[in-house]
Amino acid sequence: MTNALIKTENLSVEFPLGGGLFNKRTLKAVDNVSIEIPQGAFVGVVGESGSGKTTLGRALLNAVPITSGSASYDDGEEQFDLTKMSATDLKAYRRRAQLIFQDPYAALSPRMTVRDIIAEPLDVMGLTASREETDTRVREIAAKCRLNLEHLRRYPHAFSGGQRQRISIARALACNPRFVVADECVAALDVSIQADILNLLKSLQHDMGLTFMFISHDLSVVAHTCDFVVVMYHGKIVESAPTRELFAAPKQDYTKRLLDAIPSLDPDHRIRA
Amino acid sequence: MSLIDVKNLSVQFKTDEGLITAVEDVSFSLAPGEVLGLVGESGSGKSVTAKSMMKLNPPNAIYAPECRIDLHLDSGPVDVMALKRPRDMEIVRGGAISMIFQEPMASFAPAITIGKQMVEQLLIHTDLNKKQAKDLSIEMLDRVGILEPATRFNQYAFELSGGMRQRAMIAMALSTKPKLLIADEPTTALDVTIQAQVLDLMKDLVAEFGMGIVFITHDLSVVAQTADRVAVMYLGRIMESGPVREVIRHPAHAYTRGLLNALPKLDDLDAPLTPIPGDIPSPLERPSGCVFHPRNPELKPGSRYETERPPLTEVSPGHFAAIFPEDVPGQP
Ligand SMILES: Nc1ncnc2c1ncn2[C@@H]1O[C@H](COP(=O)(O)OP(=O)(O)OP(=O)(O)O)[C@@H](O)[C@H]1O
Ligand SMILES: Nc1ncnc2c1ncn2[C@@H]1O[C@H](COP(=O)(O)OP(=O)(O)OP(=O)(O)O)[C@@H](O)[C@H]1O
Ligand SMILES: [Mg+2]
Ligand SMILES: [Mg+2]
Repeated sequence: MTNALIKTENLSVEFPLGGGLFNKRTLKAVDNVSIEIPQGAFVGVVGESGSGKTTLGRALLNAVPITSGSASYDDGEEQFDLTKMSATDLKAYRRRAQLIFQDPYAALSPRMTVRDIIAEPLDVMGLTASREETDTRVREIAAKCRLNLEHLRRYPHAFSGGQRQRISIARALACNPRFVVADECVAALDVSIQADILNLLKSLQHDMGLTFMFISHDLSVVAHTCDFVVVMYHGKIVESAPTRELFAAPKQDYTKRLLDAIPSLDPDHRIRA
Repeated sequence: MSLIDVKNLSVQFKTDEGLITAVEDVSFSLAPGEVLGLVGESGSGKSVTAKSMMKLNPPNAIYAPECRIDLHLDSGPVDVMALKRPRDMEIVRGGAISMIFQEPMASFAPAITIGKQMVEQLLIHTDLNKKQAKDLSIEMLDRVGILEPATRFNQYAFELSGGMRQRAMIAMALSTKPKLLIADEPTTALDVTIQAQVLDLMKDLVAEFGMGIVFITHDLSVVAQTADRVAVMYLGRIMESGPVREVIRHPAHAYTRGLLNALPKLDDLDAPLTPIPGDIPSPLERPSGCVFHPRNPELKPGSRYETERPPLTEVSPGHFAAIFPEDVPGQP
């Protein structure tokens, strides 16, 4: 039995909703979520748009304040209580836990070359001793993400959507994190590069013992890559099961509806919602 | 009569490293009430093609002199290539053409609520008054499946989840009831149930008043669910085009077969995911002959495809592929 890398109990995240000064309504984006993510697992998170998937991921990365409940990280070497993080803790945690963004357009600074974008986390965290070491590391990770030397000299605006996503994956993985939240990280990719990136993420899971929280609305992708699937609806986890089990025998109505809505490749089998 | 005719579209970009060919000799037409799917790998020129239809490419874009784009709007024909400034396009298209951009954040100004932005463009492009524009905006948010649309109307883009932002963008694009919708990866951030709902709404508008859609996506299942015809692009060229049923069931080009092959299949979870072999070449090193030849696993060394550019050959009625006639499947 492997240890839980991430563990939450009754985790909630609330946002203030607009409205008057005296009428302070809040929105419970994540509602009493209890989850354990074992070390080395590839956990899929699926569910309705707006159900709190991104917010849950951001809470686990300590990128959004946790309103109530507990959340912790423990990789055997370092432990963090995600509800009580000092600035030093946060700095250390950034090395361990990284995000791959949903929107490859918003994520990349237009004034930096691809080389500098990938190198930035290494420089900021002081993980490499010299420019040569940084360059070597950047080239290694870039090659893994299928970016060549010529790409490294260019600026992100000269890349198409899919190419940019590979850049942001390379950037997230440059500091050798243990835990990666991948938020719709293949949604912008074409099917071929998607297959390529998924194979890459899986090999990183096995070779580097990486743990993934893989947020996706693409159920065929989740079925092929994740070991375990969590279904969210209105801020809550409504069902969670090993992938095969969930796809073979969904228990909750919402999960069934979700599986029924998967678009078919057969043009004569058009569905209406 | 068609809604838009694109003929011999070629677009290059001037960059520090040299000229990049983004689109080469692309032609297609779209009739009212028709949905054309545009698919292809990253960097194949789909977005540049879409932006060309409204002359929205950045200033470093060079359009080849022979290319023509003709729009046939109720207000009269428009020669898109003759438009000088982006403002001219704004005036011409009124509310008749809407574009959903691939960059969701770029479509909303960060400091203005989404409701205000929706209302503003309705006031510019329609005869509605402020109250009607607001009601219609909220109705459209509701129709794309956004709960509590009146609350969301008053929020900023950053306060919405990725999928809500994308739906708000779709609601805004559809609210003027455009004749032509150019939708660039419009459903990438949507869960499948909401995606189905949004696709239904688009199909309803197609049926209701003959909206034509150019639908760009990398998801071939979405194309199968929505499009009448599909064009498959690679490195700026159309590799194959035709009725969606024909192209998906009987793909004639090795590139189309590669794309279909790369899809994760739900009925076999153990099957490995197979990307198309090889890398997409740098845009500065365009392969000769068939641009796909270096990655085509079906070709033998020394084949014609290495040096000669194959023509678009009709393989069945209305179904074309960039292959030499002797390679049409089913030929002796
Ligand atoms: N402003 C620009 N300057 C230079 N090159 C550009 C510019 N815009 C696009 N390109 C190049 O043109 C080619 C086509 O890009 P385009 O964005 O149309 O691809 P796409 O098919 O939409 O890809 P994706 O599926 O990733 O969105 C790419 O090689 C891209 O790098
Ligand atoms: N910064 C914020 N301020 C206010 N509300 C927010 C903020 N971020 C998220 N929310 C709200 O929290 C809820 C959950 O959003 P979240 O982004 O986690 O959903 P999601 O499951 O990732 O959806 P999607 O699949 O569309 O990306 C939504 O109602 C959203 O509007
Ligand atoms: Mg999200
Ligand atoms: Mg694009």
